[in-house]
Amino acid sequence: MKQPSLAHVLQPKWRTALQRMREERAKGGTGKLIVLVLVGGAFWAGVFGVLYRILKSLRGVEELGPLIPGKILGLVLLSFISILVLSNVITALSSFFLAKDLDLLVSAPVDWLRLYLAKLGETLVHSSWMVALMAVPILAAYGVVYKGGVLFGLYALAAIVPMLILPAVLGCAITLILVNVFPARRTRDLLSIIALGAAGGVILLFRVIRPEQLARPEGFRNLLDFVILLRGPTSPFLPSEWAAQAIMGYLRREIDLLPLLLLWTTAAAFVTFGALLHRALYAQGFTKAQEGAERFIRGSWWRWTVGSLLGWLPVAKREFVLKDIKLFFRDTTQWSQLILLAVLVVVYIFNIQALPLHRGEPVGFFYVNLVSFLNLGLAGFVLASIAARFIFPAVSLEGRQMWLLRSSPLDLRALLWSKYWVGTVPLLVLGLILTGVTNALLEVTPFMMIVSLGTMAGLTLAISSLALTFGTLYPQFETENAAQIPTSFGGLVFMMATIALLAAVLGALSTAVYAYVRAAWEGRSLGVTPEMMVWFAVAAALCTAATVVPLRIALRKMESFEF
Amino acid sequence: MIRLENLTKLYGSFVAVDDISLHVPRGVLYGCLGPNGAGKTTTLRMIAGILRPTQGRVLLGGDDVHQNPLSAKMRLGFIPDRPFVYDKLTGAEFLRFVAGLYGQEGDSVERRIAELLEVFELTSWKDELVEAYSHGMRQKLIISSALIHRPECIVVDEPMVGLDPKAARLLKDIFRQFVQKGGTVLMSTHTLEVAEAMCDRIAIMQHGKIVAAGTMTELRSQHQADASLEDLFLKLTGGARVRELAEVLGGP
Repeated sequence: MKQPSLAHVLQPKWRTALQRMREERAKGGTGKLIVLVLVGGAFWAGVFGVLYRILKSLRGVEELGPLIPGKILGLVLLSFISILVLSNVITALSSFFLAKDLDLLVSAPVDWLRLYLAKLGETLVHSSWMVALMAVPILAAYGVVYKGGVLFGLYALAAIVPMLILPAVLGCAITLILVNVFPARRTRDLLSIIALGAAGGVILLFRVIRPEQLARPEGFRNLLDFVILLRGPTSPFLPSEWAAQAIMGYLRREIDLLPLLLLWTTAAAFVTFGALLHRALYAQGFTKAQEGAERFIRGSWWRWTVGSLLGWLPVAKREFVLKDIKLFFRDTTQWSQLILLAVLVVVYIFNIQALPLHRGEPVGFFYVNLVSFLNLGLAGFVLASIAARFIFPAVSLEGRQMWLLRSSPLDLRALLWSKYWVGTVPLLVLGLILTGVTNALLEVTPFMMIVSLGTMAGLTLAISSLALTFGTLYPQFETENAAQIPTSFGGLVFMMATIALLAAVLGALSTAVYAYVRAAWEGRSLGVTPEMMVWFAVAAALCTAATVVPLRIALRKMESFEF
Repeated sequence: MIRLENLTKLYGSFVAVDDISLHVPRGVLYGCLGPNGAGKTTTLRMIAGILRPTQGRVLLGGDDVHQNPLSAKMRLGFIPDRPFVYDKLTGAEFLRFVAGLYGQEGDSVERRIAELLEVFELTSWKDELVEAYSHGMRQKLIISSALIHRPECIVVDEPMVGLDPKAARLLKDIFRQFVQKGGTVLMSTHTLEVAEAMCDRIAIMQHGKIVAAGTMTELRSQHQADASLEDLFLKLTGGARVRELAEVLGGP
């Protein structure tokens, strides 16, 4: 029998992607495109600009100058490969074992090799596009600084493509083996915990080794040690090192084809071995993946604790809150994100503690207050990222069950109320702890402590409301993975709106805080003046408006939902 | 009990439901038939308050579903065609949650849950997450959830899909008893034998309009005496023009 071509097997994927683009255009998605291009362009320009300056200044340094850029590129590519292996393992689980099109493909007379290559390609694209986009400004900076010329782009592409293939094959192979050992749904739980745990561990490790100390000359005993360290390759067996050698060789006009040859032959060998492994293990793994997760749950614990605490609420609201909490803690892809959150909080507090303040008065006093004030903006941004992860997807996650909520006599205000407070209460506790602890470490005055805590409470209420509203305005009802929802366009708009709110509130407060710091500097009495009160009122009004107005908009939007 | 007045639904320029009016009295099991895309599901979803009509209104026991939704929906139990439920809740938790949406709680709810799970043979599955349920078990759970608050009327879209013969028979008996006790059922179905055997009255939809409505006897007298429901259905919906089956299937 004549086998369908690989392009034919992949046809539904690219046709769906094209159709989505057409639908976006038909819906008048030009504004969306402009925002995405602007934000993406600004990010690229930022990465390019920073790296360009570093590379440019390094070119002028003797001895170390020619060595460090190659080392930096090697490390960047190595971090890319590590991220890619993790993300490929997770993506491969969906594309090879849980995707909806698998029943059709596996039951059709498509041979194992085509199935493998089609799914490998799908996994590669889904897990690598972000890293590939990130590599563009980095490689562009190298190309421009070293005057690589037009052909450099093609040469870099030839070095990067096999570097993307290798982790994809490796990730698929790891998943294939794991699924043969555990059922697919358990593997997914296991993987999300491992992936987030590993990511959290790396962040923590990176912070705890205090990289800022490397900038101090006393950090190295002598220059020679450093040069020796730089001259040696990170590891001669790592594909990232081959890619870095290939690219740097081209840029230094010392073209050596061996690294490229190594990359492509290894990629080809990996694909071959990956395919053979697929032939041996896929059928058995796919069968195991169909096994349901058998878990008996009593669930009475939540009823006794949270249920009893919320006994004063009307039954509909109480059941809704209980349901949301249970769903969150039973979905590993959701709760495992708390691991990263915990790491983030630890790093945040560690950073504040590591600040070299309290060296003398009154400069110390000024900086302490400045840091405490700026800390509000940073903490607000952290809370916004957390709200994007946990509150923004709340309405989208109800999508498939909306038939039940809309056909029942549940008041939509009760639904919105439950979603709002289930997200806001933990966020508020976190925000206040974060601000309280950091301010205590900074040893701020009671005035700054009260201003900070008050502002943080107001901001948290507003940020939650904005997250819920933008999640309602840009719902993703078809997405099955909650972790993907915040990366949508609506998530981006939410983050931009929150940054604008933070700027407005902190801008209003800055006058009051400046007046306070100036009075302290000049040795005057530190009282609250009427002018300060006006600015506090403006900040409070901004937070209230950013809480109430969006929720009203969300309610109206929710009333117009059709399913 | 259920009254549709000049109900119209447009999706852009496409007319899904075209100015239909229908009255389903109390104590009647009303069947809604029609080929795929005739507008049955859209009509039922408008009755359940999930879709807003472009024109016209839906009254449940005198309450407008869109003007006075809470009291209208208190009377209703809706069973959709696709059984989407929260995967990470257990069967018992799901039923308790739905009862809460209707403002019900306490021992009476617990007894009702136990009773419904027993009837649908889900008792041994009650503490298992819904993600482990089969399609038919999910359908049974949704049917239980529609009955948990003792509704006055049930709107059900394709009730027999995914059910085993025993459960299908059970559902037929439940609907009949429900109607005998004064309840009202409006159901859409493709299974003509089910409609013929169960329904007191039948409406046939085509291209968003009701092309015929009445009891079986009335339908026969209106169109062709002694014809089966299948013949009537095919005649009214143009299905008789389908090519010969053998020609379509071909030989082995």
